Amino acid sequence: MTTILDTTGALQKVVPPQNDAEPQRIATIRQQAAERFSATGLPTAWDEEWKYTSLAPLGRIDWRLSPGSVETADTQGASMRGRAAAELIFVDGHLLRSPSDISGLSGAAGVRLLSLSEALTSSEPAVERWFARLADYQRHPLTALNTALAADGAVLIVDDGEVVDGFVHLLFIGSGSDVMSHPRNLIVAGRNSQLSIVETYIGSGRYFTNSVTEIVASENAVVSHTKLVRESPDAFHIGTTQIHQERSSSVRSHQMSVGGGMVRNEVNVALMGEGASLVLEGLFVLTGREHVDNHTVIDHATPHCDSQELFKGILDQQSRGIFDGLIIVRKDAQKTNSRQVNRNLLLSENAIVDSKPTLEIHADDVKCNHGSTIGQLDEEAIFYLRARGIDEAEARSFLVDAFASEIIDRLPFEPLREWVRRGLFEQMPGRLPERREERP
Amino acid sequence: MLQITNLHAGIDGKEILRGLDLRVNAGEVHAIMGLNGSGKSTLANVLAGRPRYTVTSGEVLFEGKNLLEMKAEERAREGVFLAMQYPVEIPGVNNIYFLKAALNSIRKHHGLEELDAMDFLQLAREKMKLVELDESFMNRSVNEGFSGGEKKRNEIFQMAVLDPKLAILDETDSGLDIDALRIVADGVNTLQSEKHSVIVITHYQRLLRYLVPDFVHVLHEGRIVKSGGKELAMTLEERGYGWIEEEVAAAQ
Repeated sequence: MTTILDTTGALQKVVPPQNDAEPQRIATIRQQAAERFSATGLPTAWDEEWKYTSLAPLGRIDWRLSPGSVETADTQGASMRGRAAAELIFVDGHLLRSPSDISGLSGAAGVRLLSLSEALTSSEPAVERWFARLADYQRHPLTALNTALAADGAVLIVDDGEVVDGFVHLLFIGSGSDVMSHPRNLIVAGRNSQLSIVETYIGSGRYFTNSVTEIVASENAVVSHTKLVRESPDAFHIGTTQIHQERSSSVRSHQMSVGGGMVRNEVNVALMGEGASLVLEGLFVLTGREHVDNHTVIDHATPHCDSQELFKGILDQQSRGIFDGLIIVRKDAQKTNSRQVNRNLLLSENAIVDSKPTLEIHADDVKCNHGSTIGQLDEEAIFYLRARGIDEAEARSFLVDAFASEIIDRLPFEPLREWVRRGLFEQMPGRLPERREERP
Repeated sequence: MLQITNLHAGIDGKEILRGLDLRVNAGEVHAIMGLNGSGKSTLANVLAGRPRYTVTSGEVLFEGKNLLEMKAEERAREGVFLAMQYPVEIPGVNNIYFLKAALNSIRKHHGLEELDAMDFLQLAREKMKLVELDESFMNRSVNEGFSGGEKKRNEIFQMAVLDPKLAILDETDSGLDIDALRIVADGVNTLQSEKHSVIVITHYQRLLRYLVPDFVHVLHEGRIVKSGGKELAMTLEERGYGWIEEEVAAAQ
């Protein structure tokens, strides 16, 4: 089995790969997921959750799975080796053994970083407990496709009370040639533990990356998650972040997209324990005909939880950006405090943004607000800067940079800020002449 | 330094300046007074090159060069500074970083070496003392969350750093308490010299107690209808503008 759809758009049956090393339980899950995808196929524009993004172009391509024989890869400057506590590099969904480096974690008892293929065949209890339990393959066809076909990914388990210094970096590279990959990651932060995880997605040529990352923040755990996306202009990226938060846990997730032909960032957060708090922030910087769809669902299922969501978009040329965010406050989730904001900056008359912040509140004692803005650069501010001697192009770049910096500056590690800032400049060379130096 | 001849200008097709003449020599302080709508702010904005304002006829020479042909940033680099009536807040743009870029673009224009961060900070600290701005201003965004008085002092601080040849203060005194007014005036007085000129646009005579003008002009319906020395400001404070309007009417 190689293709999802044939060229006429008709569905082909998905069959999971045969892997005798995997336990029967996993094989069963894969089989169920494959059957589910085979029954539903790709979402269509009739599906409310996919109304802004058509997968028809994706369905027309004859995708194939990589056999996994790659040994080197062009990391395009995205490797953070030496700066990350550990780094795993995947090419077309398969772990690249040699440049991957987990030496920074070795010696830390209670912290385990494995590849998914290792983890699934090990007796790691956290895998047994959590794998495919959070991201719902019955409801989400692409999660089903990922669950059926995932070859590899990362599993990070941090035991109760452990603190991981620095961040663990997962780098996923698409190498083109109509290859599809389904990276699957599982991050489990035990009670009172702390960790930072960064996923980066890059590549060249035409490829399809369909990733799923499941994150568990146990009671009182502190988790920082960053997803950096800079896919090629011909790439398709559908990436799901599935976060499960228990009592008093604190999660920050940053979804940064600085390029990609068609990108969907899907974030689903379930606040399942009292006093959990979430910060979900995103930045999308688009040019050309790029398309980024940010689709988020924050589910307040328990009382006294806090969620702060802010997504900002900068759109140039004929790009299209989407923010479609839903916050659900369940009947029992009293004293919820929630804020959802989307702000967009249009630099071109031909760029399009769709903004749909949505609250669905079933409780009666909550504090929730949401808002959305779409605007251009402030001409008064441009004149102010020019009146001090700064030329117009630089004045505009100051303002674009300022708009983006609100999100970039809050990334938890300097190498991440640097990487996003470089992507920002590369996305808009005409508008953002490279700074002579860093800010003071 | 500045020679304005028969200037006609306006905004959105509406003529506001109707044949304005003004000559400012190096080292002079000129006050321009007048009622609301007389064209004071239009004059300031036209000189600074604000978009939307259009000049229909007349000439403005700055050190012999045609100012009206220059873009706003070119005017700034040549040495024209407008302290704005309503300084705009620019969230996310660092006060000091922006000012350093501004100063260096001006220095570059004059063939001077750009200042590095250390030298710039030293200069900035010195000038901040002048306008009694706290050092925490360095880390804040341009005018964001500043009080009215802080915004005006920030304008004067920028002026002190950029060291323009001609400073135009557009109602910088409006809304200031007496302490802030004194600080602003001190800042301008420190800058003012035989090479620097100042145009003070104001409603009130109050600022002129601290910032003594060589000339006072009354702007009425887009033209300067009366000029005099500093005592004219006093007279305006006592008698208002009615008598000038009468004089103008009588002359017509």
